[in-house]
Amino acid sequence: MELPPIVTTILAILTDVFTGINDLLMTLWVDTLGLSEQLAMSINTFIGAFALANFVLLNLILTIWFERKVSARVQDRFGPNRVGPWGILQTVADLGKLLTKEIIIPTNADIVPFFLAPLIGVLSVITIWAVVPFTPTAIGADLSVGALYFVAVSSLGLTAILMAGWSSNNKYSVLGAFRAVAMLVSYEVPLFLGLMIPVMLTGTMSMQAIVDSQLIAYFFVMPVAGLIFWTAMIAEVGRQPFDVLEAESEIVAGYNIEYSGFAFAIFYAAEWAHGFTICALMAVLYFAGWRGPFVETIPTLGIVYLGVKVLVIYFIQVWARFTVPRLRLDHIMNLCWKFLVPVMLVLLVVTIVIDKAAAALIPNYLAYLNPDLPYFQRLTGMLPRAGVLLFINVIVGAGALLAVSRQGRAERERIEALRLAEIEPAGPMAPIETGAD
Amino acid sequence: MSEWTFIAFLFVISFALPAIPIIAGRVLGPRKPNTIKTDTYECGLETVGDTWVQFKVQYYIFALVFLVFDVEVVFLFPWAVAYNQLPLFGVIAGIVFIVTLAEALIYAWRKGDLEWL
Amino acid sequence: MTFSIIWIPFFLMAAFTIGGGLGVVISRNLIHAALFLALSLFGMAGLFVLLEATFIAGAQVLVYLGAIAVLITITIMVTRRLMGITETVNRQWPIAALISLLVFITLTVVNVNAFGAVLEPVAPVPADDITLLGLLLADAEGYFVPFEVASVLLLAALIGSIVVAREARE
Repeated sequence: MELPPIVTTILAILTDVFTGINDLLMTLWVDTLGLSEQLAMSINTFIGAFALANFVLLNLILTIWFERKVSARVQDRFGPNRVGPWGILQTVADLGKLLTKEIIIPTNADIVPFFLAPLIGVLSVITIWAVVPFTPTAIGADLSVGALYFVAVSSLGLTAILMAGWSSNNKYSVLGAFRAVAMLVSYEVPLFLGLMIPVMLTGTMSMQAIVDSQLIAYFFVMPVAGLIFWTAMIAEVGRQPFDVLEAESEIVAGYNIEYSGFAFAIFYAAEWAHGFTICALMAVLYFAGWRGPFVETIPTLGIVYLGVKVLVIYFIQVWARFTVPRLRLDHIMNLCWKFLVPVMLVLLVVTIVIDKAAAALIPNYLAYLNPDLPYFQRLTGMLPRAGVLLFINVIVGAGALLAVSRQGRAERERIEALRLAEIEPAGPMAPIETGAD
Repeated sequence: MSEWTFIAFLFVISFALPAIPIIAGRVLGPRKPNTIKTDTYECGLETVGDTWVQFKVQYYIFALVFLVFDVEVVFLFPWAVAYNQLPLFGVIAGIVFIVTLAEALIYAWRKGDLEWL
Repeated sequence: MTFSIIWIPFFLMAAFTIGGGLGVVISRNLIHAALFLALSLFGMAGLFVLLEATFIAGAQVLVYLGAIAVLITITIMVTRRLMGITETVNRQWPIAALISLLVFITLTVVNVNAFGAVLEPVAPVPADDITLLGLLLADAEGYFVPFEVASVLLLAALIGSIVVAREARE
């Protein structure tokens, strides 16, 4: 069957949609408008960056709706259901409302940091997306320091929270900012160590290469590292159960208490977008991002695979958000420094020792990292390493859980003994006289 | 460098894009400040004393412990990138480095500085 | 010297660095000074990117902006007495300005003497420079000793700061 040329062109663009659009625009700029190649590339880069930033912000309309719907179902309600089909336009209506509200500047506020803080907050989230690979051929910027770039720009968010907390001149916002410093800073340590695992196994910090080498997703190879990384990321966003920095029943709204109107909306957007961004990063770093069947021949499929993975992870995050109660700050700190970090350090050392020993013993242990080999050869080539690493993870994970359960039992017995010691000196209580039988 | 051009554009755009609605909000929204409205919001109570209450030194200690880990991790990242190609000596060097890192944690833990009092 | 497009980010980042540095020394409010410091450090990271030292740029943002600027800010915040100070209490600024000027002149002269007034293009950076860095850090003939000494130094710094902070608490 002979297809007309226009159909084959469209099909070619659809197979690799981002490269297709890029080439189409390049021909438009260079051939039709006669611009220089350099300028045309710059224009395309600008369009790409603009589209990416808009995608992150407009995507919020859907994710906020999704989150409200899921939370409503968890709490046996309907959720937004009036504006648009299934209430999908509720966020748009909310945005319109927020736009017409007054932006109150509190007394004694420091105006420049007060307005810079939400901007930096949202900047620190949008810029992370530069290193999220969408398809095998499409990524904002395939930096050789991709993983480092991600932790570096997300650490700017802490500066935003500190600026907001300080410039509002409110006791609650200062408290929120301080809690943020203590918590976010602590959870960056397991985050870094968890990020190091994909970097170490792949041998590069480029996000595209990290996805490419996950013939078996790292979560199924290093589940303990994956779970610790995921916990640390949720804490970095400051969502339930780690939302002490803006716990509404304790410190009203934390660092953003004095914000109103669209200044508040931008903070809200930054937080929500961050919640979605960590799901994308989790999908990329531990769930093999765009990897799926036939993605090598039809790169556009990568968006679908990534989208499905991100949505499933996002659903789990929202589900946890509305079912797990908030932790106390001291428990949060203990969880980080006395459980996640030590377990991660032990896992790292044990992995290094056993993985290197296996590499010396098993032939062609690392051959699968070569991207030029055919897919099935790479997949089977990864199996020995996956088995070794999974074995390590099961052992370390079981050991960690055993240690925690023993510790917990000892703690319960200690408290029980204390209670008994408190009650004993007073002597046994006399049975209560109840007048009637 | 074209990757960094993208990053530069993205930084500029993601800084400017949210600024537009904030300015629009200032223009479109009402602006009638009064003393009660712009007062510090502390659940309807009059604010008492200075905003700058003394915070405990614990916050500072955690930030310090983090700083040490942060710097060590920056050293570890290139080592992790080279990990697959490292000879035995390099692997041992990395393990010694991580164990030293763990020692810092154990010290702070044993001395009771990781307790959130 | 003809105009090149790279000048725009260079001068922007240089302005951030120098302007931030000036802000640190002349701002009356300590928190503003800390924020200006963050701006200056950010400009430095941008300059590192322009030099294609991307790993250093990432480390700069991570360590200096993400940790040290935050640490400085909260240090100012936890010490309540520092918050109220808006007057510069120091009358030695003419001497300080003179010394800074001398240091600046010395550095300029030394740099120009060492590298020459006309800068030569350097050799291209190897594509896989981070792997190379990692291999050299853990190589007995490379930078193994500085690598381990750095970790011991950090351990000592942590122990020292905890001891000092504990004395302050008691």
